[in-house]
Amino acid sequence: MLKLLKYAKKYGIYAILSPLAIIGEVCMEVRIPFIMGRIVDEGIRAGDIDAIKSLGLQMVIMALFSLLCGALASRFAALAGMGFGSEVRKAIFNKVQDFSFGNIDSFSTASLITRMTTDINMVQMTFMMMCRMFVRSPFMFIAAIYYAVKVNGNLAMVFLFVIPFMAIVIFAVASKTLPRFKVMFEKYDLFNAKIQENLISIRVVKAFVRSKHEKDKFNYSNEDLKNASIRAEKLMILTSPFMMLMMNGCIIAVLWFGSRLITQGQMEVGMLSSFISYVTQILMSLMMITAIFVMAVMSKASANRINEVLAVIPDISDSQADPSLKVENGSIEFKNVSFRYSTGTGKDVLQNINLKINSGETIGIIGGTGSSKTTLVQLIPRLYDTSDGEVIVSGHNVKEYTLNNLRDSVSMVLQKNLLFSGTIAENLRWGDENATDEEIRAACEVAQAKDFVESFPDGFETDLGQGGVNVSGGQKQRLCIARALLKKPKILILDDSTSAVDTATDANIREGLSKTLADTTKIIIAQRISSVEHADKIIVLDNGRINAVGTHNELLNNNEIYKEVYQSQLEGSVVNE
Amino acid sequence: MSKKPLPPVGKGHGKRAGEKPSNPLKTFKRLISYFASNKFTLILIFILVLFSSGASIFGTYMLQPIINTLADALKVQNFDGVMSTIAKYLVIMGIVYIVGVIAQYVYRKKMLIFSQNTLCIIRKELFEKMQDLPIRFFDTHTHGELMSRFTSDVDTLREAISEGLVQMITSALTVVGTLVMMLTISPLLTCFVLIMTMVVMVLVKVIGKKSASFFRKQQEAVGKVNGYIEELIEGQKVVKVFCRENKTKEEFSQLNENFRKAATNAHTFASILMPITNNLSYVNYAITAILGAVIILSIPDFSAISPVLAFFIGGLKLALSIGALVSFLQYTRQFYMPLTQLAQQFNHLLAALAGAERIFAIIDETPEVDNGYVRLVNAKLDKDGNISPCSERTGIWAWEHPHETGETTYTLLKGDVVFDDVTFSYDGKKDVLKNVSLFANHGQKIAFVGSTGAGKTTITNLINRFYDVPDGKIRYDGINIKKIKKDDLRRSLAMVLQDTHLFTGTVRENIAYGKLDATDDEIIAAAKLSNAHSFIERLPEGYDTMLTSDGANLSQGQRQLLAIARAAVANPPVLILDEATSSIDTRTERLIEKGMDQLMEGRTVFVIAHRLSTVRNADAIMVLEHGEIIERGNHEQLISQKGKYYQLYTGQFELD
Repeated sequence: MLKLLKYAKKYGIYAILSPLAIIGEVCMEVRIPFIMGRIVDEGIRAGDIDAIKSLGLQMVIMALFSLLCGALASRFAALAGMGFGSEVRKAIFNKVQDFSFGNIDSFSTASLITRMTTDINMVQMTFMMMCRMFVRSPFMFIAAIYYAVKVNGNLAMVFLFVIPFMAIVIFAVASKTLPRFKVMFEKYDLFNAKIQENLISIRVVKAFVRSKHEKDKFNYSNEDLKNASIRAEKLMILTSPFMMLMMNGCIIAVLWFGSRLITQGQMEVGMLSSFISYVTQILMSLMMITAIFVMAVMSKASANRINEVLAVIPDISDSQADPSLKVENGSIEFKNVSFRYSTGTGKDVLQNINLKINSGETIGIIGGTGSSKTTLVQLIPRLYDTSDGEVIVSGHNVKEYTLNNLRDSVSMVLQKNLLFSGTIAENLRWGDENATDEEIRAACEVAQAKDFVESFPDGFETDLGQGGVNVSGGQKQRLCIARALLKKPKILILDDSTSAVDTATDANIREGLSKTLADTTKIIIAQRISSVEHADKIIVLDNGRINAVGTHNELLNNNEIYKEVYQSQLEGSVVNE
Repeated sequence: MSKKPLPPVGKGHGKRAGEKPSNPLKTFKRLISYFASNKFTLILIFILVLFSSGASIFGTYMLQPIINTLADALKVQNFDGVMSTIAKYLVIMGIVYIVGVIAQYVYRKKMLIFSQNTLCIIRKELFEKMQDLPIRFFDTHTHGELMSRFTSDVDTLREAISEGLVQMITSALTVVGTLVMMLTISPLLTCFVLIMTMVVMVLVKVIGKKSASFFRKQQEAVGKVNGYIEELIEGQKVVKVFCRENKTKEEFSQLNENFRKAATNAHTFASILMPITNNLSYVNYAITAILGAVIILSIPDFSAISPVLAFFIGGLKLALSIGALVSFLQYTRQFYMPLTQLAQQFNHLLAALAGAERIFAIIDETPEVDNGYVRLVNAKLDKDGNISPCSERTGIWAWEHPHETGETTYTLLKGDVVFDDVTFSYDGKKDVLKNVSLFANHGQKIAFVGSTGAGKTTITNLINRFYDVPDGKIRYDGINIKKIKKDDLRRSLAMVLQDTHLFTGTVRENIAYGKLDATDDEIIAAAKLSNAHSFIERLPEGYDTMLTSDGANLSQGQRQLLAIARAAVANPPVLILDEATSSIDTRTERLIEKGMDQLMEGRTVFVIAHRLSTVRNADAIMVLEHGEIIERGNHEQLISQKGKYYQLYTGQFELD
């Protein structure tokens, strides 16, 4: 939590004003019972109506002032708390924007989202409560004790016994309860995960007639959660009766000793009831102080999870880059490149890759599942850094370009690609902010997307919905290609980007690419031989190593793997012709 | 058909103020019915709550005689026996307090167990109901929405039951008790306090309304921010590839700022209520004190003038003693807080009831109807080929078909499927399938080819009755599938879906999902059949390797192999493969081809595939377009037809 405090700076003025207003409120609140006592003693009992009036008026003014302070404090605390939350949210969001692919891999998407939503919520609520209570309770505690002593020092001795006793008990309960609550929260997460898993897989559950099995699993986890909740709260519910016991015990003691003091003429009657107000105030603020600690401890987990993200140093940066350096052409060279995922098993997924690609060439990459095709091409726009060796684009190591310059020239259509909510045109303009309608249409033409987009009633203004749910898989892939084309890249990488597109359309796309992007280096990863067979070079990857490089015909003649893949896709076809 | 799992996002936190149930009374009664079985506990809790809040009211009441005793003694300056009188009062007070504290502890404990049990039951009912709902229900409700039934709705309900109800009772009791006490002391002052209270309540209401509207705005803003976070973080890698980081930051910053403003307003109004009511109670105190003093000093002791007059005027209770005024002032202090709390608790209760209403709405959904009465039973064949049912597992299954005439016939389970002119629509508007007729004989392999949205998956969804078509349109082994019990029907089919969903658990458990009592040998055999055995062996703990949620630590291809193994272990007569090998590269696909052939041997198989090489050896290939079968036949026939299939197929080699 403390580490996060620097984000409170922007709204820091409110974080200071709020406690100040609260101090004003507390001063009045503590002063008021004293006046009340005086109204009884100096006014009512003395039969002095003027004293009552003037004291009463004083009290009304104080109350109104206190009200003003209280209202202001609420406002300031809300400003500070929500401002703080919004700053942290912005910081963590911006941080993630600066993450490299490797950084993103080390957190799961779901966990990043939870950190940005639930966890921040928890932290900002805590901060807001802190703004109000962190000053309020201790100050109230001290001020009330001061007034209690002022009313009657002897009587205030009662607190010497009660407060330490209470503190010990509360501390004991809190320290025993917290771990139990932690267990409860864990069970709660598990419980939610179970439901979510069930919802995602509901078709499998139904297809295999496993609803009874699922119900049993759920009931187990449900009971588990229930028991954990009861175990945690069983101790929690002790606090309130204990508090009542202490408070009431205190009141009885105060009444007893107070009455004796009164009969001895050492105290006034009205002051006795004032004193009782202080008993309430002191014990209540003590209770609040513990509540603050409990809340701080509870939000610690959230704060830690946020800090984990904020503490990440993006492992890819522009530190060695020369901002003036631009990618001139589409030539690529891999020199002794090896690569290991930092999150993986530590095994090399790419081993000793040496490869030279000339500008404007079309390169096909073929290989089985897990042969690291994607990993290989991701090194070109520097989505990951090599573990060993270097990747050279247009004569310079990729690290010498700024990420913006490099990635503007290297356009990549990811395997798991996404569109965002907004219109088709808005999505396509991700490639080029300032693309004209003409350019967009042209890019769609090449990507074979123009016809279907124009068949929509709203054409390019069609709203895609979150995650692009309003278009089919094949249409989505074509839009993603059009989006990448709008960048007018020097190097275009298609990572299995036409898997949901039929073969004829696939061929049309390839033809369009070779016509319109003659100077662009095109790298195509594909499952289908037909997608790569016309490439200038075809790279056969196997287990992270280059097995062979050659043209379709060369490979067909001398590469076993390529031959096998080809056979598997060809067998039995066109035999009747 | 895949829907992205949306993580439950922050909706569970913060009260959903401003939400109202459409029929609060009915929902409340229904909620109460959950407590019915625990009537005794509930009554006990209620009595204990009465004791506990009664004790605290009584405690305040006891201040009056003590102060009066002291004031009287001071007046006459005679302190004889004062302390023993006070001691007597304090002992009574102590006993009452202790009873109250004990009552409080006991009811809290009872309430905890009681509320947790009730919630457990509600969650159970909700979940079990969801398992019985038709797929259609899950098409129209997002995961996020259903998750929030379990999280935020149950949460608010928990607060309402375990704290809200008791607090409402306590508050109401305190208000009534205090009011009665105040009336017994001075009806005149009470009237004044009530007028003041009205003013405060109006204020509370105005602020409450304002606060509710701000909360709604905040809710909207938080929805937007969280939606943006979800979408962009999901697509973070795309953002990076397009260098959109700065643009994204800007957009987010705007949404975040809007949220900050809305949240600030919402929280300001939420917390402003406390200082307002608290301080107005002081104002009230001061004015009441002045009024009270005026009364004490201006209304003379009538008994000194005339006992008769005193009797009448005393009946009006105009007069006040000092002790009475002090007590009265204490009461005015404790009158406001519970009243405000009552108003707040009531709002929370409404919000909780709105949540309960949503939960009940799901519990009340019509479950998947199943009027099937034809059951799948183990069967024996005698020498003459007669089928008779038996209890042991024979490996032979038969449909037990009781007829209206009272006789029961047995048909061997073979896996013949017939579609007779099936037209189907998901929404009643757009036909997804049009006049589809087909038959699949026992042991045949039927393939569906066509573009996304052509209706391939819909056909398989109808076979296993995820969706229903009118009577007699689909027959299974000659039986109208609507007559077959759904569970038995589905047990006879195994599906491998495009999105392979694995469960948290070991690899072994995941394969055994197809047959819960599968032996290790069966599991390994199934894994070998689907070519999954070799990679499972290489996993750190083999078959006992824990898979994280949805098998994220396996590649898509490996997950599909596991899904195939899961279907294999189920050993059904009918197999539906919906893009089952789409993520497996063609080389691996060839490796498992032998296994797949073995798996398909003797079964009716429906294959949906994108890749034509997968469907080539099917007995019949149906080419679907816009819900219609436009071509059918085997590979050779379709090729020689030179139609759509031919185009698709030769598309691979068109540049040759």
